[in-house]
Amino acid sequence: MKKLLLATVATAALTGAGLAEEVKIGVLTGFTGGIESLAPTIAAGSELALKELSDSGKFMGGSTLVPVRGDDTCGDSAAGTAAAERLVTSDQVKGIVGGSCSGVTGAVLQNVARPNGVVMISPSATSPALTTAEDDGLFFRTAPSDAREGEVMAELLLEKGMKSIALTYTNNDYGKGLAESIANAFTAKGGTVTINAAHEDGKADYSAEVAALASAGGDMLVVAGYLDQGGKGIIQAALDTGAFSTFGLPGGMIGDSLPQAIGAGLDGSWGQIAGSDSQGAAMFEEQMKANGFDGTSAYSPEAYDAAALIGLAMAAANSTDPKVYKDKVMEIANGPADGSGEKIYPGELGKALDLIAAGTPIDFEGATAVTLIGPGESAGRYRVIEVKGGKNETVGFR
Amino acid sequence: MDILNALVAFLNFVFIPGLAYGAQLALGALGVTLIYGILRFSNFAHGDTMAFGTMVTILLTWAFQSAGIGLGPLPTALLALPFGIAATAAFVLATDRMVYRFYRRQKATPTLVVIVSLGVMFVMNGIVRLIIGVEDQNFADGARFLINPQEFKAATGLAEPLAIKTTQAVTVVAAVVVVALLFWFLQKTRTGKSMRAFSDNEDLALLSGINPDRVVAVTWIIAAGIATIAGVLYGLDKTFKPFTYFQLLLPIFAAAIVGGLGSPLGAIAGGFVIAFSEVMLTNAWKKIVTYLVPESMAPDGLVQLLSTDYKFAVSFTILIIVLLFMPTGLFKGKSL
Repeated sequence: MKKLLLATVATAALTGAGLAEEVKIGVLTGFTGGIESLAPTIAAGSELALKELSDSGKFMGGSTLVPVRGDDTCGDSAAGTAAAERLVTSDQVKGIVGGSCSGVTGAVLQNVARPNGVVMISPSATSPALTTAEDDGLFFRTAPSDAREGEVMAELLLEKGMKSIALTYTNNDYGKGLAESIANAFTAKGGTVTINAAHEDGKADYSAEVAALASAGGDMLVVAGYLDQGGKGIIQAALDTGAFSTFGLPGGMIGDSLPQAIGAGLDGSWGQIAGSDSQGAAMFEEQMKANGFDGTSAYSPEAYDAAALIGLAMAAANSTDPKVYKDKVMEIANGPADGSGEKIYPGELGKALDLIAAGTPIDFEGATAVTLIGPGESAGRYRVIEVKGGKNETVGFR
Repeated sequence: MDILNALVAFLNFVFIPGLAYGAQLALGALGVTLIYGILRFSNFAHGDTMAFGTMVTILLTWAFQSAGIGLGPLPTALLALPFGIAATAAFVLATDRMVYRFYRRQKATPTLVVIVSLGVMFVMNGIVRLIIGVEDQNFADGARFLINPQEFKAATGLAEPLAIKTTQAVTVVAAVVVVALLFWFLQKTRTGKSMRAFSDNEDLALLSGINPDRVVAVTWIIAAGIATIAGVLYGLDKTFKPFTYFQLLLPIFAAAIVGGLGSPLGAIAGGFVIAFSEVMLTNAWKKIVTYLVPESMAPDGLVQLLSTDYKFAVSFTILIIVLLFMPTGLFKGKSL
């Protein structure tokens, strides 16, 4: 009896391998740490895409894509690397949506993805340093580089008539890179940066940091930090001492928890975050709403696109081997150079699989109008946010 | 006008934050010094005693808030504070009964008891994190400002804002009241006098019929009370996070040692010395200097002696200087 069972299982496993299988995809983001308030919707976004591909029944002969979550903590590279290592070696994932923050993502890329040859598509790592990182063609991001965000922020600053700004950043790869790109872009356009100082996350008291910023002065304070961490503390301390009254809020500072925590003092502050007004964004929001999530939450649409790209690239390559399907990612994201590819939006992944099977070229637009440039990063559109009446409101796109 | 602006900037960014921080450190150092003077060991668990008391107070504050009980413009936490003190006192008395009493009876050396307190610290550390978690907890409510910075600017027409937070005012007032009460208690009451006698000469005190268990218990209760008040005031003014309370141990001990371990007056002086050195050495003086000197001499740099990252290094440095040149501290505490 035992032997019979074993034999059955073995045959099932053997035949199963050729037909439908479970393909595991790692969802690696910061469930704890600096962006923990964003992580649930980021994960939900990518899991939505994986579910859509699986439910269509057309993914690689009825195979299913199964998400496996990992916590990269956003801030702790060692913990992030360990989590990714577990995903790759123990869960045997064939691709990773992640990591969350730039420093951790760089560490995971060098220590786990490259040695093991696993494709990583990060929805939220935005450091300019990742543009030039060695990646063996395995690393992509559906989030744009902060170099672009610096440009956008500088333009907005000038439009709002700001001539000088004080700048503070969270002391890590993301903060430093972003602060540099904002400072460079703003000075190039004729603005003055009075101070560009780091702050550490996780302190109880930021009054000393704010005193230094206030001493340097400026029309407004730009805080390139995290909304659940030091960024919040800096803004609170600046309001408490009356040092600054309006704040510039780059991507890491955009989220519902910030206006909730600070209250009326934040009204009139503004910022920008990667996001688009494309047709796909609305479709994505609707789908997320049906699942009880907020589809406008930061980096959630990017996460959907990252997961969908992995799945579609696998289908196009007809292989779940990262070394094979990695070459298809750019092709799927951008379509043929003449723009003849059929545009694919959220909710149309089943159709995309049909088209791929039929050999018709597709151009995956997704929720963020994905176009990958350079070494595989999003060209980048930004949602401009203004805080009004204690809420983040979208006032435009650029 | 410029001198006025400079003065306001000094008050707003140096004096008021320094005063509030100094009061919080002074209260913390008082507790450390009291334990050292009477029980004769450096209590490393003091920072976490503060965290424990604050945690209980926060939990009760939330209960009061949801029940709609408040103090109007004052933070609700003040209402919860007595209960927090009671819980903390009970907790440290239980710790004393279970841990410290054993070593006291053994006549263990102070160094040994210090290590014991280190163990107690880790246990308390864990308990606090298990109950309330490791995250920031903000529990301040009531009116945020006594002097609102924007209104101050509008009312005076000065370029510089002046802000006094309600929590800062509460901190300073509470510190003055606590210190006054403590000194009155130590100088005037029978129990206070017996505590001082016990601290001066244990054997003589025992011979004159002072009950050591009573002195020890009262010391723990007072230390728990001061620790809880210090912790709650710090949490109200800044935010509550277990890890930062653990970190507070360094400036608190620096304050107690600078003042002279075992000397209550020294603890208060030490608290303010540490707080103002930290604030003044890491402050960027550019703005204030620019107001004071003629325009042509205005500085380009920040005129900042140390980056704010080195705040803790300041307390370390002062500690080392004092130990080298004045081992008993400013107020002649008991030298080890």
